[in-house]
Order: sequence, then structure tokens, then C-alpha cells
Amino acid sequence: MISLDDPQKLRPLRDQAHQVAMNMLRPISRTYDRAEHTYPQELDLLAAMIDGLSESGASSGAGASGVKRDETQDDDSGAAVRNGANLASVMGIAEMCWGDVGLLLSLPRQGLGNSAIASVGTAAQQERFAGLWASMAITEPDAGSDSASIRTTAVLDGDAYVLNGEKIFVTSGERSDAVVVWATLDRNLGRPAIKSFVVPKGTPGMSVERLEDKLGIRASDTATIRFEDCRVPPDHLLGSPEIDTGQGFAGAMATFDNTRPLVAAMAVGCAQAALDLTRDLLAQAGVVIDYDRPAMAQSAAAAKLLQMEADWEAARLLMLQAAWMADNRRANALEASMAKAKAGRMASDVTLSCVELCGSVGYSEGELLEKWARDSKILDIFEGTQQIQQLIVARRVLGLSSAELR
Amino acid sequence: MLLLKNLRLGSHPGGRHGIAGGESRDAIGYAVAALNRLARSDLLDRMGLRKQTEHAVFTLTRGGFRTATSAGRVFARAGKRGRAGHRAPHAPSREVFDLTPTDDEQMLVDVVTELATEIVRPAAIDADAACAAPTEVLRAADEIGLPLLGVPESLGGVSEERAVLAGTLVAEALARGDLGLAVAALAPGAVATAIATWGTDEQQQTYLPAFTDPGADAGVPAASLALTEPRALFDALDPQTTARRDGDALVLDGVKSMVPRGAAAELFVVGARVLGGRGDPPGGANVLVIVEAGTAGLSVEADPAMGVRAASLTTLTLDGVRVPESQVLGAVDGTTYAECVRLSRIAWCALSVGVGQAVLDYVTPYVKERQAFGEPIAHRQSVAFMVADIAIELQAMRLLTWKAAGRAAAGQDVARDVALARRLCAEKGMQIGLDGVQLLGGHGFVKEHPVERWYRDLRAISIMEGGVLV
Repeated sequence: MISLDDPQKLRPLRDQAHQVAMNMLRPISRTYDRAEHTYPQELDLLAAMIDGLSESGASSGAGASGVKRDETQDDDSGAAVRNGANLASVMGIAEMCWGDVGLLLSLPRQGLGNSAIASVGTAAQQERFAGLWASMAITEPDAGSDSASIRTTAVLDGDAYVLNGEKIFVTSGERSDAVVVWATLDRNLGRPAIKSFVVPKGTPGMSVERLEDKLGIRASDTATIRFEDCRVPPDHLLGSPEIDTGQGFAGAMATFDNTRPLVAAMAVGCAQAALDLTRDLLAQAGVVIDYDRPAMAQSAAAAKLLQMEADWEAARLLMLQAAWMADNRRANALEASMAKAKAGRMASDVTLSCVELCGSVGYSEGELLEKWARDSKILDIFEGTQQIQQLIVARRVLGLSSAELR
Repeated sequence: MLLLKNLRLGSHPGGRHGIAGGESRDAIGYAVAALNRLARSDLLDRMGLRKQTEHAVFTLTRGGFRTATSAGRVFARAGKRGRAGHRAPHAPSREVFDLTPTDDEQMLVDVVTELATEIVRPAAIDADAACAAPTEVLRAADEIGLPLLGVPESLGGVSEERAVLAGTLVAEALARGDLGLAVAALAPGAVATAIATWGTDEQQQTYLPAFTDPGADAGVPAASLALTEPRALFDALDPQTTARRDGDALVLDGVKSMVPRGAAAELFVVGARVLGGRGDPPGGANVLVIVEAGTAGLSVEADPAMGVRAASLTTLTLDGVRVPESQVLGAVDGTTYAECVRLSRIAWCALSVGVGQAVLDYVTPYVKERQAFGEPIAHRQSVAFMVADIAIELQAMRLLTWKAAGRAAAGQDVARDVALARRLCAEKGMQIGLDGVQLLGGHGFVKEHPVERWYRDLRAISIMEGGVLV
């Protein structure tokens, strides 16, 4: 039965996350935007609270670890529609990012590496790595969007895989407990040979080299990590060690089906922050949307606000759709990319336009609008750029292979 | 002489032929205008220089032929004046986020999709040219009960509760075949739905039997919900058509445009601002009024447009049309009118989603087959990304429309949901229409392919008010 309102049972979680964002993240938002590389200690308390909530079963999904694809349950088609962990995650993350995207990304034990473990790890691995704060290391100096061409290698040597290579743009790479590293078992075998490894901090041969200075999400640290003959146990390879050429890139890429709706959620949250404040500031300036009347017969500002709200709602519903499909165990790679593509470009347009609409108030550091306009840009880049999402959507819609549509 | 006089009268050419008011004619302009006039006069014909073409008495393919509305069947008064009509209950509020139609809705969509594919699409090109829907298309739509979709079982219809979602899904599925024909087929249902949703017992008993039990010969009457008016920046909530109170009667004056099947319609629901009553708010309030075709003062004129042509669009003129006060449909405080505007906009959004899907379905195989530079054009990112964006925005349009429809069915406030859906469907729908033609290049510009029709049709979404209703 079609209904696109927020599910009733997840509204308390959504509202809770909103309160947390308002009362814990917003007050320190500007502080850690200015103090890049300083660890926001306030987050320890918050992370402990989120852990407590998850353990009590009261809620899930304030962070990235909430996503799960539980394949063990029966897939009986007659079963009731599920509104589960994936929906909870996107709704929770959107609210937290309404607070602050950079701080959400810095939340202990809620890293994108945790999503990878949840997505491709075996049950035993999920249990072993539970409670770990894991960041994600994919990008290399010479391989960004083209993640199949990574050069970091993993060679089985007796009782361990030996990792060698350099990873950049590792979110929370310095602060996390472990890093999920993408490496290839055999560069000649292409995509199927790419596997992910959980490398705990302090493993000999692993070193954090540098922290980036960034345009936005400055509260979140972005590290460069080098691996030199770094030995990790074989059971730290997530999923199966077999090089299944038939499966192609699917194994490692499955992570993205789960993380892309989360990034869409970040964009939805960040854009909502800008929209909420701008709506307020415009109302003070005497501009209020009349939803029943044609936009063209209202002020240009009202018309722009209406267009932004429509695009925002579009991105949010695409985000909910992708998460709903995951909850109901339907393949959602297409919908995940659609959500991220729409949300990414929407967030850029919305946050930048809000700065423009609010004039110098929007541009000044006296308000947070300029910060949101800086924060939003990364959301159209990481976990697959706008163009990568378009490529994925196009290939799926047109039924073309990556060799045909490059 | 006459020619010159006409020309002089026309020394300010603005206001006609798409010329703005500030233009004036100079000497060359007069000469050219005179030539033009001569070319059009029957002088050439009398001299046998041009083949004569026949004009039908009422032609739908061009404007200018005004006639009285068709006086069709007699609607025998029945039911109790002033007694509230039957109401379909609101659908229950849903607690779960879900994108799955009910089994009934899915069955309906399957049937309508077949109709759209097998009957509507093949008829679309000729219907577009003729500005008329073929009888068999309309009959097929009537047979599967489309006009009754918004009428509850208790009134002889098919729905158990407010069938806003079913109506939305049907509009989408039908427009995937063709927008103009979809509007033509759904127009009677808009009037039936309005009367079922807001009518008094008398109104329901008087008018609904024609739709629910029309008899084999007569068929479901053509009927039309007329809300649009012909002026720039038209605001549906500010109609200039007036309903002046005069004793127990209302006197209607004004002009309605984009009225589907107006020449054939036997019944209209017209939007107007009611004035002059003691109880009316100052400045009046917007109301819906049921007007039977054939009422004195009612005239209709063909008004073919850029698209939606198969719906036989007309302009309806109301000149001192007197109807009993009891013909007001629903509340007189403007709330029914506003609700009707919103529900009609949901229907237009659904139609745009259907047309958008038709575009995507059409360009997908085309760009994979069309070769350029030694490979299918789909292998180029500039082409493929256009298709990706169509798919992304189309799905967003669909979700916004479904959300508005679901909330409307449950009786929730939908002003914002409808505005957002309409905004996205208008903007992205038009972009899809543009890209559909662009992806076919020159081939998209000729009528051999349907994308040029969809381009014309999709421009309608942000303009149309009324005509269809869920």
C-alpha cells in the first residue's frame, strides 16, 4: 500500500536525532570548522550514548554502522513490508547532518568502514569487529573514481597478507581504530581480484603520513595512510578470498549500494539546514511561499525557494526509496546511485543558492550558511562523484557494460 | 475599400498574431499586410487560382468557430436538495513507508497499461492531427470503468474509499500511451469524481446515473471540469469568472480555456468567484458550479493548442448563464474549490510521469541502435548521461506525485506536497520533453517519431488547471 510519509515507528528516532543535532552538534559546529584537525572531544560522549541506545535496542541508525543486509532471514515474498535498519540509518543521518556533516563523519564507531564490514563481512567477522571504529581507504593518488585501477597490493605470504601502497582521503583515518583497505590480490586479474582488508591501528608497516586542509567538513579529519610490508591475518580479508571472475567487481562494490544512500542522507540533511534557516530569513524579509499559487506570480525569491524545496523533497524520497529497498532485500544499486546523484547536485544548488538569497548574511561567518555551502561540495564527490553516479545509472538503464559505456 | 478599412483598423497590430502591444506598422508593413490579406481572400478562389478547401461547421483543429454547447440528454432531477451526499471514506493513514501498490491497484494498472499500449498509442498520431479522440478509444476507457474510478460503490461506482492513489496510477499508465487521449478519456471521470466527492444528495442522484448506468446507446456523457482562464500569470485561486447571486439563482459570467471535449460535453463543472450574497466573504469566495450544456448563455469555441490536442480543447464562454443556487458543488467558502485545484494538479503530475516514462522507453532502444562515429550513440557519455538524468528525475517526479496522492487519499493537508510535485513535474517533465527530441536529433523534430508530440504535451503540465481530477 503506497505511502511515502516517514514511517511511524521511525519518527521518534528521527526526532531524537534532530534534538541531538540541535543541542550537541550545532553549538560546536563553528568551533571545529575553525579548529581543523582538533578532535571534537564532545563526540565521545555522544558516541557512548549512541552505543547505549543500540544495545538497548531502542534505536539504530544514528550512524553509518546501522546499515546491514541480513541475508539469513527467509525471503518469503508474502512477508510484511519492512521499515528497518536502512531506513532508520538514512533518516537518522540526515538529521545529524542537519546538525553538522563534518561532526557526523567524525563520530566514533560510525565510520564508512563500519558499513563495509556490515555489507561484505561474514557473520563471524561482523562479530569480531563489532565495536571497532573503522574508516575506509579506497582512493589512491593516481586512482579516484577509477577504483578498479588501484595499485595497493595484498600478497599472501605464509600466515599473512602483506599490504603495500598509499591511500589518500581516508576520512577519520587518524582517529579510527582500524582502516578498511582496498587492495588487489593480483593486478593482472582486474576487478575481481580487489578485496578489502581490516587493518587495525598500530599494525607494523602502517603509518598516517598527513592530514589535509579542506574546503569544508573541516571537523572531519582526512588522512593519507601508507602501507609498507604491512602484515594482516588472512581472516581480516572481508568476505571470500576467492577471485571469482564471474562476480566481477560486485563483492567490493556492494559496499557502495549501502553507503551511497547514506551520503545522499548527508546531502539531504545539510541542504535542509540551509533551507530551514533561509526560509526563516526570507520570512523576516517578507517573503513567504504560497503553495497554492503559481510560483511565477510570486517573488523570484519565493519561486527559487519552491524549486529548492521540490528538489530537496525529490532527493529525500529517492534516498528513502533506496533504503526501503535494502530493508526489503531488493537489489538497489540503481536506486542508490539515483539517490546520491540527485542529492549531491541538489545540496550544491540549495546551499549555494541559500547563500545568494541571504546576501551578506549568507556569506558571512556570522551565520552557518557559508559553511554549509562549503560542506556540501564533498557530498557530490566522495563515495562516487556525480559523474560516476550518472555512469552507473546510465549503464543500468541502457543495459550497457562498462566496456561499452566507459 | 473594405480591405483598406480593415488595414487601417489594424494599424496597431499588437494583440494578434503573437505581436506585442508596442509594435506599429510602417509603409512596408502595410504593403506586406495587404498582400497577406489578399492571399487569404476568396478572390483567388473565384479566379480559380487556388483549390478550395472545405470547412466543417465546427472544426476542432482551429479556433474561431463558436457555437452553443451541445444540448445532450436531460438530467432528471432526483434526490433531496440540501441533503448531504454519500461520501467515500478517506483511506486509512499508513504507518509504514511502502512503494508497493495494492493488488487491486496493480490489477487496474495492468489493464490500463494494456489499453495504453494496444489502443491508445496506435491512435495517438491521428488523434493529435484531428484534435479528436476516436470513439473506440473513449468507449474502451468507459468499458473498463475509468469514469467511475472516483465514484464510491454506494453511488454505483467502483471504489471503496477515496481512490486518489488508484486515479493517480491510472493517469500515469494511460498517459504512457498518449497524453491528449488520456485527458479525453479521463475528462468525464473528473466531473463524476467531483460530484461524488462534494455533491449533495440531489446532485449525486441527478447526475451520477448518467455515468454509472448510461444505457447502451447513450454511453457515458462527455463532461468537463473547467478551471483554467485565458490570461498571462493566471492564478487558479483568483478566477475572474463570476457567479453573481440573483434571488435563488446564480448568474455566471466569464471565459474558461483549455476545456477538454467542451464541444461534446453535456455537463460542466465550472470554477467561479461567488459575489453578492449576504453570507459571502468580502471579495467573494471561489466555488465550483455544475452547469448543464445547452443552458442559455453558454457557448463553446474550438481552441486547439500546442499539445494535448486529442482532448479537443475548447474555450467555454459564460454570458449571463443562470443556474439555480443549488448547483453549487461543495462548500461556498472556497475550501472545496482549493481542494479541487490541488487534486487536479496531482492528476496532471501523474500524467506528466506517464509521458516522461514514454520518452524514456522510446529513447532507450533508439540511442542503443543509432550509430555515429562507428558505434551506438549510447556509448557516448553526453548521450548516456542525458538518459540517466531522465531516469533519475522521472523517478523523483513519480515519488513526489505518489506522496501527494497518498496523503490526499488519507485526507491530510496536501498544499505543500502538491506544490512540490507540480513544480518538479513541470520543470523536469519539460526537460525530459526537450531531451527526448534532442536525443533523436533531426529525427526527433519530425512527426515520424512521437517525441515531438511529447515535447508539445509536456509543456502543458504547469499551465493546465482542471480537466482531470483524482
